[in-house]
Amino acid sequence: MSVDLEKILRPIDHEMPPFPPKYMTIASGEEMVIRQVTRDEIPDILIHVAPLMSVERDFYDVVAARVYAELLAYYRHRMQDEYVLVAQVDGELCAVVNGRSVDDDTGMSLHTLALRRGLRIGAHAFAAKMEYHMDILGHKEVLIVAESPIGFRRWMIEYKLEKRFEIPHELGGPPSWALTRGIFEKARGTLVIGRRPVPDALLAKAMGAILPPSDPPTPPEDLLAATRSKYDPTGTALILQRWMQQEREGK
Amino acid sequence: MRDVYAIGIGITSFTRLEFPLSEIAAYPVMMALKDAGIRKVDHLYVANMGSARVNHQTGLASAVVDTLSLTPAGAEVIENGPASGASAIKQGFLAVASGMHDVVAVTGAERMREVNSLEATGFVATLTHPLAEYIYGVTLPSMAGMFTRAYMEKYGVTSRHLAMVAVKNQDNALLNEFAHIHQAITVEGILDSPEAMTNNPYVADPLRFFDCCPVSDGGASVILASRQVAEKTGRPLVRLAGIGQATDTHCVHEREEPTDLLAVRRAAAQSFEMAGVSPSDVGVAELHDAFTILEIVESEEVGFFKKGEGHLALERGETRIGGKIPINPSGGLKGRGHPVGATGVAQAYEIVLQLRGEAGKRQVADPGIGFTCNFGGFGNNVVCLTFAREN
Repeated sequence: MSVDLEKILRPIDHEMPPFPPKYMTIASGEEMVIRQVTRDEIPDILIHVAPLMSVERDFYDVVAARVYAELLAYYRHRMQDEYVLVAQVDGELCAVVNGRSVDDDTGMSLHTLALRRGLRIGAHAFAAKMEYHMDILGHKEVLIVAESPIGFRRWMIEYKLEKRFEIPHELGGPPSWALTRGIFEKARGTLVIGRRPVPDALLAKAMGAILPPSDPPTPPEDLLAATRSKYDPTGTALILQRWMQQEREGK
Repeated sequence: MRDVYAIGIGITSFTRLEFPLSEIAAYPVMMALKDAGIRKVDHLYVANMGSARVNHQTGLASAVVDTLSLTPAGAEVIENGPASGASAIKQGFLAVASGMHDVVAVTGAERMREVNSLEATGFVATLTHPLAEYIYGVTLPSMAGMFTRAYMEKYGVTSRHLAMVAVKNQDNALLNEFAHIHQAITVEGILDSPEAMTNNPYVADPLRFFDCCPVSDGGASVILASRQVAEKTGRPLVRLAGIGQATDTHCVHEREEPTDLLAVRRAAAQSFEMAGVSPSDVGVAELHDAFTILEIVESEEVGFFKKGEGHLALERGETRIGGKIPINPSGGLKGRGHPVGATGVAQAYEIVLQLRGEAGKRQVADPGIGFTCNFGGFGNNVVCLTFAREN
């Protein structure tokens, strides 16, 4: 590709102040660091996002595929004014959140992907993202959508987001919801928490390497062991058929 | 009466299951039939609390018996609130003990996550008194919160004790592949850290998030049979040796002493008496810890510990796997989950597994007697079961 054409294709990022890392104790008693990653670290994240594209449960497939695309676009300079935060426990990648700055007043929340489920890991990472938009970038509001019921409960209901249905969200064009400064201030100290500065040793471990998630969501191995699509035929009839076959064969 | 044996057991994962309720009820029966090595039963009992309200399905037993190709066996639903499971087992027991049937299947199933958590909580609240409690907005968490506060003030139970129950049962659930909650938690993370209030917010003071069981989907089954049938299976003989059931006032505020769970006390005593054993003979128990406080209180009311001393036994580690009387090795309602109609059957599933010595990593050392307490309403309809290993 010619350098001239790349100049046209590559968006020009505006300068965005860095997110100061923070940490918190999660319900397991472990200390989780949330920090901003650089463009160079994206490949280390992508390898852990890719396997989730085949996990249908809770729309992990959709979210992981989109996160992969957004992070790759950030890495290869095809997304403007994007940032990526990660949550890590002992270096282990627990969550990835990203978004972008639309203008001085408006932020666009993109995705929250929990690679370790439960313990409010995704919720803490989302809160950090809102903190970045409000406290660091100085946005007046952040536009948000949810792609899964869990996301809807966590963001729209828990934060009591306002409707901005007249604005199509960048994620597929659905009506947007908004986190305003007033909503954010109400959430500060309850939903938006964490301590600064991060102790040196803790931060060094997080910065040292992005380690693979220890217990990522996986596709179900057994019948009824987890969910599949609604009204997908279950194995019950198949097992009965097998039994009847065995009976006919005298086994 | 004839002796009655649990000859087969089956269970689904307790989680969110996006299957029709009839499938959730049928699948564990198939597993139980396979476990018992049989293909047919004389009768099917289906324990369920909310199919009509939550899943818009009535006549559940008719659907399940046909799903299983068990027609023309008789089939019916048993509904007794959160104690539906043990009540259904009781009906199965009576059918076999009386000689009416030789083999019956009991399955419990619930699909609560079809609705959101507020609706699920509202559905369970319908078991409260309609005019004296429900219309004032009472829910089970709120009732348990008031009960917990009264118990704390009277007996010195603290939030730390409640957190210890949560930690223990979630640890146990890590060893149970079918459990809903697979998360290790610590007292520091949910009680002591600066972030504890966010990690573990109040639900109904003094109860917090990790003091409450999850809303789960799931099913569990037990096949009950006469001794003649049981001996043919070649499996360890586990006898359903005792059943007790007792009720209490519908309204909690009408009880002389609200911190006493008399129905638990009476049902347990009946069950032990029928089995010819005492609480000290029990090697493993599954108690109905819909809220962490209930495990502590039930452990006292059934006779494992003196009244007001359950939390002290917890402190000493006596209720852990490896302790004097391991309670809820499955994870209990707190860790395994609580699909209300299935819970009593799931408790029996765990006890049969333990008595057979087939519980794997969570196996309790050589328990001869196992016990379950299935707590209906807010302690107003309780069914206790005692199981004994015979060979």
